Amino acid sequence: MIARASLLLLAAPLIAVLVGFLAPYRARRLVAITSIAATALSALGAGVSLWLVGTHPFVLSDDPKIELDTAFGTSVMIADFGDFAVTLIGRIDLVSAVLALMVTLVALAVQIYSVGYLREDQRYVPYAAQVSLFTLAMLTVVVAGDLLTLVIGWEAMGICSYLLIGHDKNVAEAPKAAVKAFLVTRVGDIGFLLGIIILAVGAGSFDITTVLSAVRDGAFSATTLTCVGLLLLAGIAGKSAQFPLHTWLPDAMAGPTPISALIHAATMVAAGVYALARLRPVFLASETVLLTIAIIGAITVVLGALAALAADDIKRVLAFSTMSQLGYMVAVMSLSSDTASAAALFHLLSHAGFKALLFLCAGALIHAVGSNLASEMGGLRKTMPLTFGATTLGLAALAGVPPFAGFWSKEAIVQAAEHAPGAAGAIVTAATWLAIPITAAYVMRLWLRVFFGKYRGRARPHDPPPSMLGPIIALTLPTVGAGLLVLWPLVIDRSTFSARVNAFDDITGLHGYDATYPLFTLMPSAENPSLSPHITTATISTILVLIGAALAWWAWRADRAADPAQRLGALRPVFAQAFYLDELQDALVTRPVQRLARAARFGDERIVDGAVRAVGGGTVTLGQRLAQRHIGLERYLTLTATGAVLLAVIAVVVWEVTR
Amino acid sequence: MSALLLSAALGLPILAAILMLFVPVRQAPWWGLGAAIIILAASCALLAGREHFGMWHEVNVRWVSNLGVNWHLGVDGLSWPLIGLTALLVVGCAAYLLDRPVQRDVRQLLALIFVLQFALVGVFLALDTIVFFVFFELTLPPMYAIIAGWGGAKRTYAARKFALYTLVGSALLLLGVVLLSIDAGTTNLVTLQGGGHGSLAVFAILAVAFAVKSPLWPLHTWLPDAHTEAPTVGSVLLAGVLLKLGTYGFIRVGVGTMPDAAADASPVIGIFAVGAIVIGALICLAQTELKRLIAYSSVGHMGFVLLGIAAGTTAGLQAAVIANVAHGFITGLLFVLVGIIKERYGTGELAQLGGIRFSAPRLAAIFGLATIASFGLPGLAGFWGEAFAIVATVQRGGGLWMTLASCAAIGAALTVAYFLRVLRQVIARPADAVQPTSGWSFGEVIAVVPLVLGVLVLGLWPNGVLSLSLGPVTQIAEALP
Repeated sequence: MIARASLLLLAAPLIAVLVGFLAPYRARRLVAITSIAATALSALGAGVSLWLVGTHPFVLSDDPKIELDTAFGTSVMIADFGDFAVTLIGRIDLVSAVLALMVTLVALAVQIYSVGYLREDQRYVPYAAQVSLFTLAMLTVVVAGDLLTLVIGWEAMGICSYLLIGHDKNVAEAPKAAVKAFLVTRVGDIGFLLGIIILAVGAGSFDITTVLSAVRDGAFSATTLTCVGLLLLAGIAGKSAQFPLHTWLPDAMAGPTPISALIHAATMVAAGVYALARLRPVFLASETVLLTIAIIGAITVVLGALAALAADDIKRVLAFSTMSQLGYMVAVMSLSSDTASAAALFHLLSHAGFKALLFLCAGALIHAVGSNLASEMGGLRKTMPLTFGATTLGLAALAGVPPFAGFWSKEAIVQAAEHAPGAAGAIVTAATWLAIPITAAYVMRLWLRVFFGKYRGRARPHDPPPSMLGPIIALTLPTVGAGLLVLWPLVIDRSTFSARVNAFDDITGLHGYDATYPLFTLMPSAENPSLSPHITTATISTILVLIGAALAWWAWRADRAADPAQRLGALRPVFAQAFYLDELQDALVTRPVQRLARAARFGDERIVDGAVRAVGGGTVTLGQRLAQRHIGLERYLTLTATGAVLLAVIAVVVWEVTR
Repeated sequence: MSALLLSAALGLPILAAILMLFVPVRQAPWWGLGAAIIILAASCALLAGREHFGMWHEVNVRWVSNLGVNWHLGVDGLSWPLIGLTALLVVGCAAYLLDRPVQRDVRQLLALIFVLQFALVGVFLALDTIVFFVFFELTLPPMYAIIAGWGGAKRTYAARKFALYTLVGSALLLLGVVLLSIDAGTTNLVTLQGGGHGSLAVFAILAVAFAVKSPLWPLHTWLPDAHTEAPTVGSVLLAGVLLKLGTYGFIRVGVGTMPDAAADASPVIGIFAVGAIVIGALICLAQTELKRLIAYSSVGHMGFVLLGIAAGTTAGLQAAVIANVAHGFITGLLFVLVGIIKERYGTGELAQLGGIRFSAPRLAAIFGLATIASFGLPGLAGFWGEAFAIVATVQRGGGLWMTLASCAAIGAALTVAYFLRVLRQVIARPADAVQPTSGWSFGEVIAVVPLVLGVLVLGLWPNGVLSLSLGPVTQIAEALP
């Protein structure tokens, strides 16, 4: 049954991909219906999988590995390299089922929304096919039971992101942004691939379960694990837009807004966090790696929040806020406490809901106003009341206002950080407290600039058509209600459930999959240290949110037409340019590589090939000289004889040396 | 039966070449396509009776008895993938020539292609060092004639450079196989396999000979000129198959017969291979002409094949086999597409091309697919060879090999960089001037579709090739110290 459900999960988008890529451009309706239906079926598959994994009791066999393989997974051998058999393994457990459901639901919202958003677009058909391919790729990552399957999905998402960022031919900077997104993440993937290869060579297999067992059994030295952890981290930082590989994400906003919602906010960028959770035992094995994760995450949290404070383009504000929120998830994964990965995944889920909502609202605003810039909006609460309401809910969740989704998940992170020992815990706690008021300030600024004051644009704004409004309204549900996960845990048979989690722990040895358990049982209990809000931290963070929001309001109140970010003074351009890290990257990497490339071409044409031509020319000259001396012989004979003698000499020398 | 199958695979191309001289000019490409398809079927017939280890079919009769040279031919899992690749690419070439005006007589061009196929298949079938050399040498004249007769503006220079440069390689090959055979007292490649003969010096001579053909940086400079000037069908066969003579020879004759020497030399080959990957990618990043860029990209890709060979583990040699075949499909496809692009838009200069996504979306889509396959996107044909070449390098362990693995991975990222640059220039950038002059012709579709399917099938099911080569490759790898 689970096999069929998981087959539905993957097969449905695959069919949509094939239809979309083979259909002619004019077959809009066919492709739209196929894409939406396929995504809905896929979501159904995810839902059924989740229900089966979460509720069905099953009998543990003596060998838990076999049990897990047969109960949850399926595998197919596609390549035999002798030392390694490449077996694509799909495996569904609680975490992957939940994420698959999240991915398919957001994808469904985006597919429906896109029908309206791309009404005028000639290239809707390939666009829809690429969105389906992206969904398939992300689901592949989510259900991957081996590292190569993970990489296949990981890179396929990259190429979909590339294609979709470059979709709009009217956006001049789109092709460059697309290349940048793919290249920057690919630089990180050098490390990711190497890390995976070192793990697989050491464990003798790409199967994640086997690899994690090998990590437990001490197949790797501490140094190796530190190297592997840092290498993997490079790929994760690239995919999840973490400092210093975050520079592609703001530029990626050149893509159509639904794509920003799906790929660059809710799902693909979360893949890095998911990889951190999946391979958690590898990272837990090294203090250095954990500390690095903490620092990278903390920098990104603050950097993203400050940049969002000054950006004018509403999509860039949301992109920077995505970076910042992903920073929370990454940073909390640096903590060795049991609840850390549960907190990260909880925030991942709640963020996916409200950020997708915010981007779809941004799309509605851009659609109506005809500009991305907040300076051309203002006063829209009257002309676009439904969009105003939905955006308000999303922004409240982002800022962490109780009782919206972000409040609960951010509290889970705060709790995990508070209880974590060591430097990593301190770093994460500090970054979190620092970022909460800044987040509230940029959220307040955006809200006031877009919906209050006087309208500064030219077009006549209006609420979007039903196909766009429907997904927006649907996404307000998780935005408002994700807190229920904390307050009303899924009713499951606890004893069976614990047994299953223990079975997994027997395999991994480490509590790598502890996240599977507390994800749904966040109620405070003895065995589960609390992820739900604590009254003290909740009060403090709410006060910080109020302070940040009040400061933004105070800055805005004096001049309602002006940007409150002006109060930042000289810091404003620094923040708006995200600390000039783009320029730094250009100067340190891009331009040196280009210079090196020109030098390599010059060296190849002048020196390497120059030597070849010199030999050719020299031989001819030599032949001519010899020909002049040996008048009795024909020239070709001279050359042939010379060659023969040379070969003979070489042969004799080699023969002697050989003996 | 074996003799019949082998004779058909080797003899039919020669019959086809002769046939081409007598068919009417206007229908010649159709005759050529028909002949190529029959040869493809004959090549596939070799699959009957395949075994995991050893020769599937073998013929061994006296040839030059005074020298102890035998007409010894055979096919196994190492050679068949390349024979199949050759047959498929020749079908593509013949199809590409349908309805296509060429300089000079198209019959002669087709005849030369079949002669070249004969020589290539001969190399892959040869199980005698001297027979191997003879066929290796025999590939030169037809390729020279194809470039010199049907090439671009600088064809004479390019053809001469190609012939002379690779002739030096062939001379070294002759020297190498003669020294090896004298030392071992036999020319039989089957008995030679497993080692015990030759020396590091003999291996080095053979290695240089194969390195010229592969080509391995810095012995590659004949390649960009030859590829750029050759007609499209010439480039396809040159990149698709001719380069594989070098890497196939490396495995069969080099590593296969002298495992100890190969192991000693492996760090040097590994360093040059990684040099080829990184430097090749950097050069591509600075190229301005599409065809020359694709030509240079072969240097990097063959670098991955040689890295796998240098690593010498079963996984490494398997990676070399799959990378060889994948490169044949992908680069063959890329050259066909570049030929179409140059013909439709009248230029190959990156600065002048643009906007193909808007003017010819299908062409752009297939070109995009070939490109992302070429830079090794997981799930497409190019990935497996490159990834497992790195896997094999990591398997060797130690500081040197780990450094090589890292540099190879960086080279792979640079490969992505230059291919994305190409896509941005050719596909995405809004077009200002050039518009297409024609749509797809029937021949183009026939040429492109099998290659596209090959790229997809090899990407999703590489075992189609790997299961064939696993047996012979394991035997070679086990002989390595």
